[in-house]
Amino acid sequence: MTDFVMPILGADMEEGTLVEWRKAVGDEIRRGDVIAEVETDKGLTEVEAFVDGMLEEIVVGPGTTVPVGTVLARIRTIRSTGETTATVTASEPRSADGEAHVRASPAARRLAAQLGVELSSLRGTGPEGAIQSADVERAAAEASAKPKEAAVSPSAEQRKQRMRQTIAAAMSRSKREIPHYYLATTADAHPATTWIAAQNAARAPGERLLAAVLFVKAVALALREVPELNSVWEEGRGVPRDRINVGVAIALRGGGLVAPAIHDTDTLAVDELMRRFRDLVLRARSGALRSSEYSDPTITVTSLGDQGVESLFGVIYPPQVAIVGFGRVVERPWSVGGAVVSRPVVTITLSADHRVSDGHRGALFLAAVDRLLQTPEAL
Amino acid sequence: MKKEQWKGRVVGILSGIAPDVEPERLGDETDLRQDLDLDSMDLLNLVEAIHEQFGVAIPDADASAIRTLGELVGYLDELAP
Repeated sequence: MTDFVMPILGADMEEGTLVEWRKAVGDEIRRGDVIAEVETDKGLTEVEAFVDGMLEEIVVGPGTTVPVGTVLARIRTIRSTGETTATVTASEPRSADGEAHVRASPAARRLAAQLGVELSSLRGTGPEGAIQSADVERAAAEASAKPKEAAVSPSAEQRKQRMRQTIAAAMSRSKREIPHYYLATTADAHPATTWIAAQNAARAPGERLLAAVLFVKAVALALREVPELNSVWEEGRGVPRDRINVGVAIALRGGGLVAPAIHDTDTLAVDELMRRFRDLVLRARSGALRSSEYSDPTITVTSLGDQGVESLFGVIYPPQVAIVGFGRVVERPWSVGGAVVSRPVVTITLSADHRVSDGHRGALFLAAVDRLLQTPEAL
Repeated sequence: MKKEQWKGRVVGILSGIAPDVEPERLGDETDLRQDLDLDSMDLLNLVEAIHEQFGVAIPDADASAIRTLGELVGYLDELAP
């Protein structure tokens, strides 16, 4: 049997409201199926199943607000042999269901003892569901707040305030815990902008590309060369991720932002990447993101170029270990073949976690992004 | 189609892209980027919607040069079939 729990959709998400069940008891469930809709500080989110099976029991009804890790439903899972399996979470690995089998770091165990938190009641977010200090801290913070009924849907102003609080918590934690280092480089954007212009000249508006997708693709490919930046901080070390899921920062109208993942960014052709990017922006702004899009980014790309900013140094979103910023493409004097000409250039920045990488590797990463952008047709 | 009709249709599209915008507060001088906070994705969606609804495919270079609602309406008024 698998517990389907309220997923953690951001480093500082504490609770969520179950809005709607998309499946009924007895329904067959496939991995990736959206089975529930949850409202969090970031808006409505479709939550996917991460196992195949059958919905056995619904534990939490619509309209109920519960802490992260609370069991929402139980899924009878079926292995290829037909056996039922042990407890697994719907969205991420979870600790085993008995105290004797709880996987937790030594630091988390010490903290749990200090704060009086029952480890077996927690959902670990570390490797193989191991409970980490952050999980214990979160549980301690939630301890005084009993689950409460969501009588009415929060107003837009309340949502905005909650999102602000969530961003504040995540960014404060990041600046408190992560020793950032910062690098910047200025890249010739002429090849990228001329390639985009040529492409778009022959396309209907609905098929056109934005320079942003070239930036995102270049970042994804550069991560193959410097994989430590495609890591998450777990158990006191940086753990490289196999998949490159670039999170793209999307500003929401009225304030706030989200940075959902484009899965397997490095493998996508530019046209497909643009299609997914457009879809992601549309769904982010209409509150229809999926849980995996919140939980899976391995790095974030952000830009304030549309707002006229020439360079920005982002704050890393934990547990990620890097964030890449792109500024506005601007015309600047540039040396080409010994002559100074006016050239479109873009400032690319890297904020990275010094616990995981050094400036030398960060510099190689930025150099790779620059180099990749010089041949946009190959992206 | 008269200019005011063009404006009404464009404002209708903008309301879909930027639902928080109050249509009655939009004027010819309203800056699409500064006042309405449209980003490049919003502008691409605007250009696509104009193409779908009016059959006008605004080139990228022209779209970049259009700053205000009045300029956009004027552009459509000149070019629309």
